[in-house]
Amino acid sequence: MTEPKVLEELEQVKNAALAELENVKDETELLTWRNTYLGKTSAVMKAFSSLGTLVPDQRPLVGQGANRVKTMLEAALTEKTNLLKESAMAHSLASQSLDVTLPGRVIPRGRLHPDTQILRELYRIFGDMGFQVYHSREVESDEYNFQLLNFPVGHPARDMQDTYFIDAPNRGDNPLLMRTHTSPGQIRAMREFSALNPSDPPPVRIIVPGMVYRYEQTDQRHETQFDQLEGLAVGERIRFSDLKGTLTEMARRLFGPNARTRFRASYFPFTEPSAEFDIQCFQCDGKGCGVCGGGWLEIGGSGMVHPNVLRNGGYDPTRYSGFAFGFGVQRIAMLKYGINDIRYFWDNDLRFLEQF
Amino acid sequence: MKAPISWLKDFVDIDLSISELAHLVTMAGMEVEEIRVIGLPMPETGSTSARVTGLAWDPNKIVAAAITEVMPHPNADRLTLCRLFDGQGERIVLTGAPNLFEYKGKGVLPVPLKVAYAKEGSVIYDGHQEGYVLTTLKRTKIRGVESDSMVCSEKELGISDEHESIMFLEPDVIPGTPLVDILGDAVLDLNLLPSYARCASMLGLAREIAAMTGKKLKLPTLPLTPQNGKAEFASIEITDPNLNPRFVLGLIRDIEIKPSPFKIQHRLKLAGMRPINNIVDATNYTMLEIGEPLHAFDYDVLKKRAGNKPVKIITRSAKDGETLITLDGVERKLDSGTILVCDEAGPLSIAGVMGGMESEVNENTRSVLLEGASWNMIHIRRTTRAQNLPSEASFRFTRGVHPAMAEKGVKRGLELMAAWAGGKIDPLLFDNYPLPPSAAEVEITPQDVKRSLGIDLSIEKIAEYLKQLEFSVKISGNTVKAIAPDHRLDIGEGTTGKADLVEEIARIYGYDNIPETRISDLLPIQRSNLRLVKEERTRDLLVSLGLQEVISYRWTTPEREGRRLPPGSEVDDKPYFRIANPLAYEKAFLRHSVLTSLLDTAERNSRRYPRLAFFEIGPVFLQSEDPSGLPDEQNRLAILLAGQRNLQGWQPADTGTMDFYDLKGILTSLLNGLNLDHAKFNAAKHPTFHPGKCAVITVEGQQIGVVGEIHPKVREAYDWGDTFKYPILAADLDMDLLIKLIPDLTKTADVPAFPAVVEDLALVLDETIPADRAVELIQQTGGKLLSSVRLFDVFRSEQLGAGKVSLAYRLTYQAMDRTLTDNEVSTLRNKIIKRLEYELGAKLRS
Repeated sequence: MTEPKVLEELEQVKNAALAELENVKDETELLTWRNTYLGKTSAVMKAFSSLGTLVPDQRPLVGQGANRVKTMLEAALTEKTNLLKESAMAHSLASQSLDVTLPGRVIPRGRLHPDTQILRELYRIFGDMGFQVYHSREVESDEYNFQLLNFPVGHPARDMQDTYFIDAPNRGDNPLLMRTHTSPGQIRAMREFSALNPSDPPPVRIIVPGMVYRYEQTDQRHETQFDQLEGLAVGERIRFSDLKGTLTEMARRLFGPNARTRFRASYFPFTEPSAEFDIQCFQCDGKGCGVCGGGWLEIGGSGMVHPNVLRNGGYDPTRYSGFAFGFGVQRIAMLKYGINDIRYFWDNDLRFLEQF
Repeated sequence: MKAPISWLKDFVDIDLSISELAHLVTMAGMEVEEIRVIGLPMPETGSTSARVTGLAWDPNKIVAAAITEVMPHPNADRLTLCRLFDGQGERIVLTGAPNLFEYKGKGVLPVPLKVAYAKEGSVIYDGHQEGYVLTTLKRTKIRGVESDSMVCSEKELGISDEHESIMFLEPDVIPGTPLVDILGDAVLDLNLLPSYARCASMLGLAREIAAMTGKKLKLPTLPLTPQNGKAEFASIEITDPNLNPRFVLGLIRDIEIKPSPFKIQHRLKLAGMRPINNIVDATNYTMLEIGEPLHAFDYDVLKKRAGNKPVKIITRSAKDGETLITLDGVERKLDSGTILVCDEAGPLSIAGVMGGMESEVNENTRSVLLEGASWNMIHIRRTTRAQNLPSEASFRFTRGVHPAMAEKGVKRGLELMAAWAGGKIDPLLFDNYPLPPSAAEVEITPQDVKRSLGIDLSIEKIAEYLKQLEFSVKISGNTVKAIAPDHRLDIGEGTTGKADLVEEIARIYGYDNIPETRISDLLPIQRSNLRLVKEERTRDLLVSLGLQEVISYRWTTPEREGRRLPPGSEVDDKPYFRIANPLAYEKAFLRHSVLTSLLDTAERNSRRYPRLAFFEIGPVFLQSEDPSGLPDEQNRLAILLAGQRNLQGWQPADTGTMDFYDLKGILTSLLNGLNLDHAKFNAAKHPTFHPGKCAVITVEGQQIGVVGEIHPKVREAYDWGDTFKYPILAADLDMDLLIKLIPDLTKTADVPAFPAVVEDLALVLDETIPADRAVELIQQTGGKLLSSVRLFDVFRSEQLGAGKVSLAYRLTYQAMDRTLTDNEVSTLRNKIIKRLEYELGAKLRS
């Protein structure tokens, strides 16, 4: 049996179509090609519609042949379509590249004051050790700022804290003043807690953050208004060694796991024994440098709460003991962020604040 | 206090290096601020943070020498040439020192003058420059005469400020001896805290060093005479023993006033005191040595004042307005807080602070009445401050000197006077001691030490530590009974005394040796601090809305704060809390307003920034009714906004000027973030704000604050940057109230499972109707099925007509349990429209 002629013709059309497809450049040409070779009037489609005119035994043969050609052409079309899309995409991507070095759109950003940032860090550190934040007032009476903290009237220790007094008549030995330290918070907190159960007062573990005021000339390292953080732990088993452990823990959290502390004997009327605490300089690992001088950074004061202070807070010193500490928050911020002048903090110059 | 190490060695053997000693003393509570080296090799700084200053003397170049002849300079009257022997050979040295003039041209001196000679190449201080500047000596030629380097003044060697005269050495020094071997020393400059009064002397400091190093303290022995008693040369009347618990007098006759021995003068200089004469020096030396300030009177002056009567010393409070000319020549006006030492003719000296001019020891004095007394430290402190007369004596008396020291001081002082000035000491003292302090007696156990410090110490160790500090100690059973020594007043009784002893034990044991432990005590009940949580949440929200947090000084002036109220409007007549002793007027008043702090901040930054967006949370200080007299420290939240909405970049951006609605948007987002959803803004008048652009904010029926554009007149009161032409938007909120209103807990609504119907509704209304009113009616009428109303367009046009405004709202209808039907929605819509037409005369825009 000979091949029907129509199949031969289809074979030629197919070859011509494939050859022509090679040269198709874009989607328009592709559409024309598709109309020519797969459209209603194309040879392939005609072959289908002319099946009826063929002798019956040739019909399957031609039908299958036409189908094969159609499938091949359609596959070639799909392939070509994809090819064209990709090249169009590649072309368009190539034309769309940006100068990525141009600046991004400016979105005004808000910031927390560095003091708030460092305070929050301290809240976290002490919070993890069970110390809770307690707030106390900024304007105080002499009684709370000094007398109840074991600074009697006329005591020379008052010279250690140059005080801003408030004009207020007829107050005798109890003038109003700007608190010189956050320590009045010790008395206020102890009194508040011991009042809950005077015969069996609960243990205390608090930090008292807040502004304090000293009457002195300002310079790079001295401010008249600065933030202090006070700590107080009172209970039946609070020891000096716990004070050392707590502050060393703070130093490690602030300045890294190798931070070391040092405690020097000192004097504060409201603690006994009293100690200054230093942190080994993290810039020079204690070798001595421009930041620290002799390898240690002076941080703050601390000690075991004086029996009179415990008593003034409603805690019996024969049963309870406690430790307390206090330090300047700006001092920590200055060390952590390398700030050279304490006067930047409340000056609110955006050129400073924008760096945080 | 300045302590020469050589002097400390009188009382304790020290085999530590200078920096080890400084470190030891510092760690024990007596902070060494400076180590001043006098000739010795400069120490390693080691672990001490003390400043190291001073000068090392080259032992080969700076030596003792003998001047054998002082000759005139051929070409200069004010210069001399010294023939000098430096141990190796003869040199000719040129000098202008005035203290050599008296020897000029006298030929070979019968007794050579011993001086400090610095050879060529020596490094010393330049004596003729301000401050301490190092210089290296070169061979010089002055007015044609060559000089073999130079003889030194004290300043050139770093001993004192004396730079005119050259320093003479003791006559027995051997020429050629390195000067460092004769005078080499180091001076510790200590910052003594108020409780360390007992260490304010060489003996006191040596005692501490001995205790810490385990060495024996070499106590000075006092002379057998004079004996304590009731001498006849004078009597003492103490009017108030609380002011003057003890007064001791001694007498020395037939003294000769002259300079003190070389070594004494040298020690006084190193300790920071100026040598005067042998009598005054003896009082100062005693004070520096054992800690008791003394005062020397010219006895003949007192006798003259007493006339024929015996000399009687009276101590009493000054009368208000009483005067005394003190030995510095100043007439002092006194008040009743001052204690005076008087005789029957009137005041002689200000007790414990400064002597009087008339009875002062001078070159003609032949007999000295020596006072050693004990004073009430609080009165001395007050007088020192009132008269502005800080002195070495008042430094000690204001910290408390034990009355026992008065007798020791007088005995030691008289002994030194006799040694340096000759004379005869009266065999008896006059001692009036009406108020001896009781010696603190404290019991302490190893358990006490463990309880406070967390260390185990044996009872023997505790006793040993205390004994080293001269406590009398007795062990009985498990208890150490300790009696405080008679040179310290800082040991209390009972629990306080125990704490005092624990500190002493900790110091000697060494704070460094106490372990670091974690608190083992019961963890207190942990309470949430909701105030702090809410305050910090507010901060976070404002920061997320693009605002910079600022924190300002609390001080201001009424004038500066007054700028927030335009002239002609109401004034802030609430009284200010005022600082009684401000550094400056600008820092004298506690603020009433946080908003003004922000206006000040904005003013300062407006020169550099086209966009300002700040907030501050902090207190203001207002008068309160509280009987304590303390202010009401109300917390405020202030926000300030001004300038461009966005910063211009290289792409187009909305750089329009921020207005009322920018700030209102921030406030709405803030309140929304704080779960305060139903805030109302109602037009209001406030002098600080533009009359048409101001609102009060109400949350849950309570006014929390005010917001608006700053009144142009207020704006004018500030000095803005030249290009900063923007309106200032501000809000001032009551932070305490806000915190009260913020709910502790909030509820969350379910996410709807059914589709919503969204429709737009455009209304034409009279302009006078607040937009809020329409929304309120829509919400009320829409009820639960209306889930949101959003205004998305506002416009006015001629077509609408004058006084009319079109408001377009997007309404979302939503049911939680079903899909709403068209019928339900249109019924609701019609109800809403009817209500708006009826209540507001609104017309639907087609």
